[in-house]
Amino acid sequence: MSGDFQASSFYSVFWDYYVAILSLVSIVGCAVFLWLQSRRRILVKSEVGAGPVKGDPATTGHVWDGDLQEFNNPLPRWWIWLFYITVVFSLVYLVLYPGLGTKWDGVLRWSSSGQYQTEVKAAQERFGPIFEAFAQQPFDKLAADPKARAIGQRIFLNNCAQCHGSDAQGSRGFPNLADGDWQWGGSQEAILTTLLNGRNGVMPPMGAAVGGKDGVEDVANFVLSLSGSAHNSAKAAKGKEKFETVCAACHGPEGKGNPALGAPNLTDKTWLYGGSVTTIAETINAGRNNVMPSFKQILTGPEIHLVGAYVWSLSHPAGTAPAAAASK
Amino acid sequence: MEAKEAQRPAAVPAPAGGVQEVEVVLYAKRKEIYPRQKIGDSLGIFQKWRWAFVWLTQIVFYGLPWLTWNGRQAVLFDLAERKFYILGLVLWPQDIIYLTGILIIAALSLFLFTAVGGRLWCGYACPQTVYTEVFMWIERLFEGDRAKRMALDKQPPSARKVLRKTAKHAAWIALALWTGYTFVGFFTPIRELGVEILTLQVGGWALFWVLFYGFATYGNAGWMREQVCKYMCPYARFQSAMFDQDTLIVTYDTERGEPRGAGSKTKDRKGAGLGDCVDCGLCVQVCPTGIDIRNGLQYECIGCAACIDACDFVMERAGMPKGLVRYATEHSLAGRYGRKGIVEHILRPRVFVYAGILLVVIVALATALALRVPLKVDVIRDRGSLATEAEDGSVVNTYRLTVINTTEQPREFTLSAEGLPGLRVESATRFTVPAATTDAVPMRLAAPAGSVPPGSNKIVVVVTAVDDPGVSVHEKTAFLGLRH
Repeated sequence: MSGDFQASSFYSVFWDYYVAILSLVSIVGCAVFLWLQSRRRILVKSEVGAGPVKGDPATTGHVWDGDLQEFNNPLPRWWIWLFYITVVFSLVYLVLYPGLGTKWDGVLRWSSSGQYQTEVKAAQERFGPIFEAFAQQPFDKLAADPKARAIGQRIFLNNCAQCHGSDAQGSRGFPNLADGDWQWGGSQEAILTTLLNGRNGVMPPMGAAVGGKDGVEDVANFVLSLSGSAHNSAKAAKGKEKFETVCAACHGPEGKGNPALGAPNLTDKTWLYGGSVTTIAETINAGRNNVMPSFKQILTGPEIHLVGAYVWSLSHPAGTAPAAAASK
Repeated sequence: MEAKEAQRPAAVPAPAGGVQEVEVVLYAKRKEIYPRQKIGDSLGIFQKWRWAFVWLTQIVFYGLPWLTWNGRQAVLFDLAERKFYILGLVLWPQDIIYLTGILIIAALSLFLFTAVGGRLWCGYACPQTVYTEVFMWIERLFEGDRAKRMALDKQPPSARKVLRKTAKHAAWIALALWTGYTFVGFFTPIRELGVEILTLQVGGWALFWVLFYGFATYGNAGWMREQVCKYMCPYARFQSAMFDQDTLIVTYDTERGEPRGAGSKTKDRKGAGLGDCVDCGLCVQVCPTGIDIRNGLQYECIGCAACIDACDFVMERAGMPKGLVRYATEHSLAGRYGRKGIVEHILRPRVFVYAGILLVVIVALATALALRVPLKVDVIRDRGSLATEAEDGSVVNTYRLTVINTTEQPREFTLSAEGLPGLRVESATRFTVPAATTDAVPMRLAAPAGSVPPGSNKIVVVVTAVDDPGVSVHEKTAFLGLRH
């Protein structure tokens, strides 16, 4: 703990002594003041015999604002012990806990980060076995288990929904996870690999390779024709050849894509960035670089397994097909 | 405070000493008080009132945790689960406003009762008074009343003394522990707690609080007593700020009583130049705070009216009218108005203001509770994305609903949205939330391309229980249109 402080450029050993001396002097000072006051007797001018107990003076003789008097109501003797107890308490506290600067860690060696670690460990011991049991089951079994889905959904909402949306249907640049269309494959293994290692989908800029502005437009029209979308057939015919020589390397001669490379299927109407000629031309011209981060450091293995099963279940209502056969 | 007490010397015959130079100390030894509990054979009228409140409050306190409701403890403040069960009502942390309402009602009631009748709360209903009364009753069983207790304390240690004192403390501790157990039983199921204690499996914190509250009861009602009211209680201090000259307080009628003096025959008193006070000292003997009410209003007085009961008993015996010590206002004692005037002056502006605000808050709280819907909905638009365009050109927004079903049964709800032409819910419109659970429900809203103006549009999401259309929440949110 002390090491963290010393690494800071704002740290000076002066503050350790400042804190320690100020604390200890104040506590001891309180005790001394208390002791002196408890044996103090004050001479006052007062009416005798009118006090709360017969024979005691009625007031302490202090008068403010002409008529505001302080009545003589002494505290009971035992009360002073409460003050001494607080003095002893603070000294014991400072021995047990790190309250005197960074040089003293306290007998209990307590720290807030240490307490956090303890709590995390306790939670892992409590919930670990539950997660482990789920992690042994394949996706199709978990998809049919409402408890596993509920856990998976919560993990998804806390970690994945920021990009893919609460309904997992994505948005521009972030794939829809619920439509059964997988860029990197939809098998249990593929989904787990995506979650564990992340993915980096790169479409290189191809403007020059397909022949400049006109070439790009031709290819874009051909790409649109693959999914039967509205396109200019003359331009598409010109683009066909270029597609087969340049683009087919990743997207395949028929444009069906390649999950091993993350090359999307161009024959369906699912567009990650948009399906207009302009957007497709932009993609061809400037390329795309898309990153799915790795969750290895963020989630535990069983958590990744559960959230993967939840994502898988979105495109497999009521476990319609076994996970192994779902690969595309 | 000081202004009130400054009147004291005026009410007392001039002290003999005059002004002198004397020594005062900041801390003084506490003088043991032995309040006399029994005068005559029956309880005085105000003592009866106090015992009525002892029974009323303690039957509720000790009995309530044992009631069951729908198979669970009827009243349980489950701090770990953050749910308060009060009979059929289940309060969630979101319902904290009702606690605020209850606190306002409690504060205003204190203002109102104090303005009308002084420290009524202190004298009759405060736990400190109630437990002290019970503990003193136990004390009397083992040690006898005032005179016997004083004699016993003066005796040198003997087997009889040790036995009586030990028995008294044992009885006190037993009651105190039961009180601690009951108190913790409001926060953790009391039957399970009982089994855990009997089988020595009780958890550390539950045991700590049982012992802590038990210790507090034993210490406060057995040992501390009037010192709690005199030195610790903040209410005692600020209640005197709510007194005025028309507040009913426990007072001694100086004009009628003085000059005091013992005299056997009623007829002789006037001739002998004596007032009605026979100076029997019973009002001082019964006082739980050890003051002499004949010295006028004092900050120690908790308004328990034990001195009224004592004095009335004596007056009756002496054949004089009761009420030498009585509930009266300072103005009435000063002769500004008579008995009827006291009642008339209770109805003064501050009383109307307190009562008026109190009534408004009570009605507002009751209405809010009656109209409370056991369903809470939060609609959160997905922050990660603006609007998206579906294949058919319609505009899509995604939301997350946090739905809390606060009832103790699972419930099915329907989901709809309104506010834009053609707005529809594309995700599931029916869902079930388990009993007393918070669920996250993703929601996807779509509207036809032409019907959504660009930018933010106000819409309303409606969640309604399938079995009861009255259980429905309308929640405002925004639907973003696309800018092209």
